[in-house]
Amino acid sequence: MSTHQLPEHPDFLWRNPEPKSSYDAVIVGGGGHGLATAYFLAKNHGMTNIAVLEKGWLAGGNMARNTTIIRSNYLWDESAAIYEHALKLWEILPEELEYDFLFSQRGVMNLAHTLGDVRESMRRVGANKLNGVDAEWLDPKQVKELCPILNISDNIRYPVMGATYQPRAGIAKHDHVAWAFARKCDEMGVDIIQNCEVTGFVKDGNRVVGVKTNRGTINTEKVGLAAAGHSSVLAEMAGFRLPIQSHPLQALVSELHEPVHPTVVMSNHVHVYVSQAHKGELVMGAGVDSYNGYGQRGSFHVIEHQMAAAVELFPIFARAHVLRTWGGIVDTTLDASPILGTTPVENMFVNCGWGTGGFKATPGAGFAFAHTIATGTPHKLNQPFSLERFETGALIDEHGAAAVAH
Amino acid sequence: MLLISCPNCGSRDETEFHYGGQAHVPYPENPNELTDRQWAEYLFYRDNTKGTFAERWNHSTGCRQWFNMLRDTVTYEIQAVYPMGTPRPDSAGKTTADTGTASTAADSTTTGTAAPSLSSTSTTAPEGATK
Ligand SMILES: Cc1cc2nc3c(=O)[nH]c(=O)nc-3n(C[C@H](O)[C@H](O)[C@H](O)COP(=O)(O)OP(=O)(O)OC[C@H]3O[C@@H](n4cnc5c(N)ncnc54)[C@H](O)[C@@H]3O)c2cc1C
Ligand SMILES: [Zn+2]
Repeated sequence: MSTHQLPEHPDFLWRNPEPKSSYDAVIVGGGGHGLATAYFLAKNHGMTNIAVLEKGWLAGGNMARNTTIIRSNYLWDESAAIYEHALKLWEILPEELEYDFLFSQRGVMNLAHTLGDVRESMRRVGANKLNGVDAEWLDPKQVKELCPILNISDNIRYPVMGATYQPRAGIAKHDHVAWAFARKCDEMGVDIIQNCEVTGFVKDGNRVVGVKTNRGTINTEKVGLAAAGHSSVLAEMAGFRLPIQSHPLQALVSELHEPVHPTVVMSNHVHVYVSQAHKGELVMGAGVDSYNGYGQRGSFHVIEHQMAAAVELFPIFARAHVLRTWGGIVDTTLDASPILGTTPVENMFVNCGWGTGGFKATPGAGFAFAHTIATGTPHKLNQPFSLERFETGALIDEHGAAAVAH
Repeated sequence: MLLISCPNCGSRDETEFHYGGQAHVPYPENPNELTDRQWAEYLFYRDNTKGTFAERWNHSTGCRQWFNMLRDTVTYEIQAVYPMGTPRPDSAGKTTADTGTASTAADSTTTGTAAPSLSSTSTTAPEGATK
């Protein structure tokens, strides 16, 4: 086919502007969280003279590498509040952003395989209900009714003893979410600047006044860090530390199949989670690689392990093929909860530590982080997720709800 | 899959090992005198280096001994394997004063005396690494 037969290139969703010499605020990181933050800064706080700086391409980090599970059934009040706020935003965002990013509330099931799991799950269902989060306990028969391809027989290594179920949970198309936010940000005047790597900060005493980049220095009154796996690297440039360890987290997809899997199934215990994308791929993930890593790849035995678990739970997957595997860099904290608030540097704010599960929080985190940046003080949704909690001891331990990477 | 040279057993698959995080983090000398901030540093804060990182590994399904390793956290290349209780065998270790050489004795569960091995492929155990 010769080139003159090609159709017109579709319209670009956002401009690619040159960086200006100064902005009212600069967001570092063009993943979901950076874009959502910029969106709410412009929309809720009227701050449109702002920029999102991304060292690579938009959503090239974890945003378009995650397995897109969205749910809000976390244990503690603080977490339920912010994740549920996010879920309510997911429910209205396609209309608000005028972009159908295929948010599908097909429900998420968290399987229980041991008596310990059962107790923890029932406790979480109770806690969720008290917090107004939809949650149900399912016995194995109900599990099978909702997801017929699941093996609930007794003669497997870890039989399914039941599951928690959140009907409003689901999946969305992550890259489209990023594009939807980017387009709206751009319409409101926000500069989205790709291929712009932050290499340092300009400070006046302890106050940040500028950002050094590979495309020159940009003056700014406020800086919001939303760099996920690279948060520690940026904090070090700014002169403070974060209690974060960066790990590789992998995922994979199969070739396309007929629709066989109607919901999302996660198992902390045998360590796998599976959904089926709209196109038909089976999407699977598991836990992080144990070592610290910035390589955006992990070890193959982690994949093998999760496939073994998947095949035991879903015998029909035995003949499917792995089409593609990949990795991202996730920023883990010791209490499996994020860090969202002020930093030891004046006018610099941080949003990180979402680890294996921050996609679902994208709109809620952006909403709260925008408030924090615009007003200089945390919103009540993110107040508990301060850096200070590691000193006060007010940790928010979500290992139970967050144990398998998701 | 990393191929890791245990100082005692030689090259083995990563699956035989357990990761122990940053090396050279000493237990506080006077725990009672620490402020909350200092406790937080000890309990929750670890370096998260992009580049050469000194870290602990345990050969948990082999000799069950701990040892230290220098590994690049971007390429994952293993640059050195050396006994606990000895300083990190590169110059970077000498400049990172906060967690560097001054504290190495404190994390030692094996008292190694041998010169650290700088070769990632070497299967010879540094003397003194075995206990
Ligand atoms: C395999 C995998 C599966 C996952 N599955 C789920 C899931 O099912 N559900 C869920 O809720 N979460 C999931 N997550 C976690 C989720 O993806 C992350 O928590 C979330 O994407 C992090 O926020 P972000 O989108 O802003 O990050 P990112 O998209 O990583 O954005 C950070 C950006 O900062 C940029 N950056 C870094 N340094 C600089 C610099 N110096 N200058 C400029 N830019 C810089 C990076 O290039 C990157 O684009 C998963 C993650 C992975 C890796
Ligand atoms: Zn050994």
